[in-house]
Amino acid sequence: MEQLRKERVDRSLKVRTEGLYAISSIEEILYLIGPRLLFVAGILLLPLIFEAAPYWKRVVNVMCAYALVAISFDFLSNFVGLVCLGGALFTGVGGYFTAIYNRYFSFPIYLSIPLATLSGALFCTLVLLPALPLRGVYFAIITLMYPLLFSRIIEALNVLGGTNGITGIESFPDPYIEHYAIILPMLFFLFATRRFVNEDIGLVFRGVKDNDQAVRASGINVTLIKVYAVFIASLMGCFSGAYIAHMYMWAGLSLFALDFSVIPIASTVIGGGGTLIGPVIGSFILVPLSEILRAAGTLRIVIYCVVLTLFIILKSEGLMIYLQRKYHQFERWVKV
Amino acid sequence: MHILIYGIINSIALSLISLGFALVYSISRVPNFAHGALYVTTGYIVWLLINKLTGFPYPLAILVGIGITGIIGALIYRLVLIRIRGMEISEIIATYAIGVAILEGLRWGGLRGMTFTLPVFIPGSVDIFGVVVDYQRLVVVILGAATFLFLYFFIHHTRIGLALRGIAQDERAAMMLGIDSDMTAILSLGIGSALAGFSSLLLLPLGNIIVEAGYSVLIFAVAVCITGGLGSLMGTIVASFLIGFAQILTDKFLSTHYQMVVALLAIILTLIIKPSGLFGKQKELEERV
Amino acid sequence: MSGEAILSVSKLSKSFGGLRALVDVSFEVKRGEIFGIIGPNGSGKTTLINCITGFLKPDGGKVYFKEKDITGLKPHKISQMGIARTFQIMRPYYSLPAYKNLIIPLWSPRAKRLGGWRGGGRHGDRDTVAVDILEEIGFERDSRVPYKLASTLPTGYQKRLELARCIALRPEIIFCDEVFSGLSMSEVAGMIPLIEKMKMEGITLIMVEHRLRELFKVADRVMALNFGEKIAEGDPREVIEDRRVREAYLGREGV
Repeated sequence: MEQLRKERVDRSLKVRTEGLYAISSIEEILYLIGPRLLFVAGILLLPLIFEAAPYWKRVVNVMCAYALVAISFDFLSNFVGLVCLGGALFTGVGGYFTAIYNRYFSFPIYLSIPLATLSGALFCTLVLLPALPLRGVYFAIITLMYPLLFSRIIEALNVLGGTNGITGIESFPDPYIEHYAIILPMLFFLFATRRFVNEDIGLVFRGVKDNDQAVRASGINVTLIKVYAVFIASLMGCFSGAYIAHMYMWAGLSLFALDFSVIPIASTVIGGGGTLIGPVIGSFILVPLSEILRAAGTLRIVIYCVVLTLFIILKSEGLMIYLQRKYHQFERWVKV
Repeated sequence: MHILIYGIINSIALSLISLGFALVYSISRVPNFAHGALYVTTGYIVWLLINKLTGFPYPLAILVGIGITGIIGALIYRLVLIRIRGMEISEIIATYAIGVAILEGLRWGGLRGMTFTLPVFIPGSVDIFGVVVDYQRLVVVILGAATFLFLYFFIHHTRIGLALRGIAQDERAAMMLGIDSDMTAILSLGIGSALAGFSSLLLLPLGNIIVEAGYSVLIFAVAVCITGGLGSLMGTIVASFLIGFAQILTDKFLSTHYQMVVALLAIILTLIIKPSGLFGKQKELEERV
Repeated sequence: MSGEAILSVSKLSKSFGGLRALVDVSFEVKRGEIFGIIGPNGSGKTTLINCITGFLKPDGGKVYFKEKDITGLKPHKISQMGIARTFQIMRPYYSLPAYKNLIIPLWSPRAKRLGGWRGGGRHGDRDTVAVDILEEIGFERDSRVPYKLASTLPTGYQKRLELARCIALRPEIIFCDEVFSGLSMSEVAGMIPLIEKMKMEGITLIMVEHRLRELFKVADRVMALNFGEKIAEGDPREVIEDRRVREAYLGREGV
C-alpha cells in the first residue's frame, strides 16, 4: 500500500512578495494588500449594507464592541502571556466610569467616552497591579473573580444605581455617528496593535510571553512591561464598555456579566489566537449567532461553551490561521 | 451564641462544598471549575427522580444521583481533560466552559424559579443553648465531620489513597512505579464530583435548587481552597472556618450580600499576598514568576 | 593574574526549607579573568548564580560588584549594571526569528545608554546590530540561519544565541550556566574560541560547568563547591588534585 503525505508549498506569489524585494506588478500589490483592503472596506460599509435591516444595524455595533474586547484578550494572552479571563472587568469599569462622568458630572458624550477610557484603563491597571507578578494560573483566577467582585460590591453597597444601574446616559446624536464611533476605533486599535507587536518594543512584550526570565536577565523590568500591556488592553476594553453604555443609554451590572468575558475568549479561540484579526472575525461570527439564538435564551451560552471546549480539546488553530495558510500556500499529496 | 453555632454550621457546609474541589486538585492537579455545575446537577437529578417517577424512594434517588454525578465527572476527564493535561489555563477554561454549559443548559431546560426543592432528611428543629437549629443542619455537621474523617483515613491509610497521594507528589515517579496517572485522575474526578453531589444533597434541602447556586458554590469552593492552600486538605478545613465565620459575621452586622464579597475578597487577597495559601506547600519560585 | 576584584562575594548563604543550598560561600573574581565554578550535581552552583544575579534572595551574606553592594537587588537592576547571565535550561524566544531575539536586550536601558553594540547603531537599526552580533558569535551572516525561527535552530546555535543575548547587553561580567552541556565535542571546540575572544575584549567570564576537561582549557582559576560549601579554589590543576574535590566527584572510596 502506498502512503501519502500532505505537503504544503508556498505560493510563488508569496515567495515573490516576501521581504523587501521588488514588487513589480498589480497582481503582486493586490496579493499583499488585497485582503486587508477588502476587510477594511467591508467593515466600513457594514452599516450601509445593513441599511435594509434596521434591527441588525445595532448588531453591527455590538459586534465591533465585542471584537475590541476580543482583540484586547488576544493581545494580552498571545503577545504578553497574561491570560485574562475577565474581559468584563474592562467593559464594566469603562461603562460605569462613562456613566458617572455623563450623569453625575454631566460631561458631554464626546468628553465622557475618552475620559472614561483613559481613567478606566488607569483604574483597571491599578487593581490588577498586585496580581501582575503572579504565575499565569493565579492571574487567570484573579481576573475571573474581579468582575464578580465589583458587581457584588455595587449590589451590596447599593451605590451607582445598585441593581438597577445608572439610566439616562446620553445617547449618540446620530445613528451613523453611533456606527462609526465604534467601527473606526476598532479598526484603529486593530491595526495599531498589529503594528505595535512587530515594533521593537512589541518584541519585548512577546519576549515576556516566551521567556520572562531571560527578559529580566536582559535588564528589563518585566512587571513594568506587564503594566504597559495591561494598560493598553484595558484601554480597548474600557472604550468598548463606555461605548456600550452610551449605546444602550444605560450602565448596569450586566456590563460586568459573563458574556463580556466568555464571548471574547470564544471569539479568539475560534478566530485564531495570535493573529489579532482572528478575534474580530470570531466575534463577527459569534455575536450575530447569539442574536439569531436570542429567542432560545440561555441556550446560546451553552452553544458558546460547547464550541469553545471543542476548539480547545481539538487544539484547533482557528479560522484565521487556516485562511492565511490557504491564501499563502497550496497543498498536495505526495508519496512517502 | 447564635454566631458561634451558625458559624460552625456554615463553616462545615463550606468545607463540604470545597472538599470535592480540593480533593480533585490535590490528586490530579486539575482545577475543576465545573464543580458548581456538578453540585446543582446532582440536586436536579434527584429532584427529577423523586418527582417525575412516582414512588421512587428518596434514599435510592440519592445514591443514583451521586453515582451519576461521579460518572459525569469521570467522563469530563476521560473525554476532555485528558487531551489538555498539564496546560493549566486550558484546563480552567475548558472545565469552566463545561460548567457554564451544564448550568445554562439546565436553566434553558426549565430549572428556573423557586419550585425545585428537596425534602429534608429529618424534619423538625431543636433548641441548642437557646438557638433554634433544624435537624438538617445538624445532619450537615455530623455527616460533614464524618466525611472529613473518612477522607483523611482513606487517603492516609488505604492502598488507593496512598497511590493517589503518590501521584499528587510526583507524577512521573509514580508512573515509573506502575501507577496509572490517567486512571487515578479519572478516579479522583469521579470521587470529587461525587463529593460535590453528596454535599449538594446535604445542603440543598435547606433551600431551593437554583442555577445561581452553581456559580456561588464554585466561588466558595475556590475561595476556601485558595485561602487554605491548593492541594492541602488541612488548609481547606481551616480556611472554611475562617471564611465561614467571616461570612456569618458580615451577614449579622452588614447584610447577606456580603457573603459573596467575603469569598471573592478572600480569593483576591490570598492570591496577592501569599498565592500558595495558608498551608500551601508550593515553592516560592513557583508562585511568582 | 593580578588585578582589582570586579566581583566579591562574602559569606553568601541560602536554604530552601531545611536544605542548605549555600553555606557561607566567599570568593573574589578579578577583572578580565575566566573563573570556573565546578561541583557535582546539586552542589549549589546554579543557586549561587541565582543569588548573585538577583533571581533568588540570599538569606545572608553580601555581593559586591565594583565595590558596590548589589545584594538582593532586582534581577533587571543587576543586569543593567553590567552583569549578564545565561540559563541552564535554554529557552530562546521561540516565536521570534533568531536575530529578533537580540532586539530585547538591545532595547534594554543599558544597551540604549551605551548606544548599542560597540557604540554603533542608534535606535533605528537594531536589526543590523543584532545581525552583527550574531555574526560575531558564529552565525553565518549571508545564510538564512539568523533569520530562522529560534525554535527551529539546532542546539549549538541556540547555545550561541544565549551567549549573544548576553553580549548584546555589553556586560562586564557574564555568568555562563553550563554552556557546554548538551554539545558535541566539535561544537564545544567551536565555542572555545568565542569564549577566548570575549575574554580578549575584557569581559569577565564566570563559568559554571560540568565538563571539566573543556573548562580547564579556558579557565584561569576554579572554585569547587560541594553541598553548598566551598571546598577548594585556585589553579585548575591544583583544584582537580585536591583530595576533597576528588572525594566530592568520585566518592570516598574512589579516591
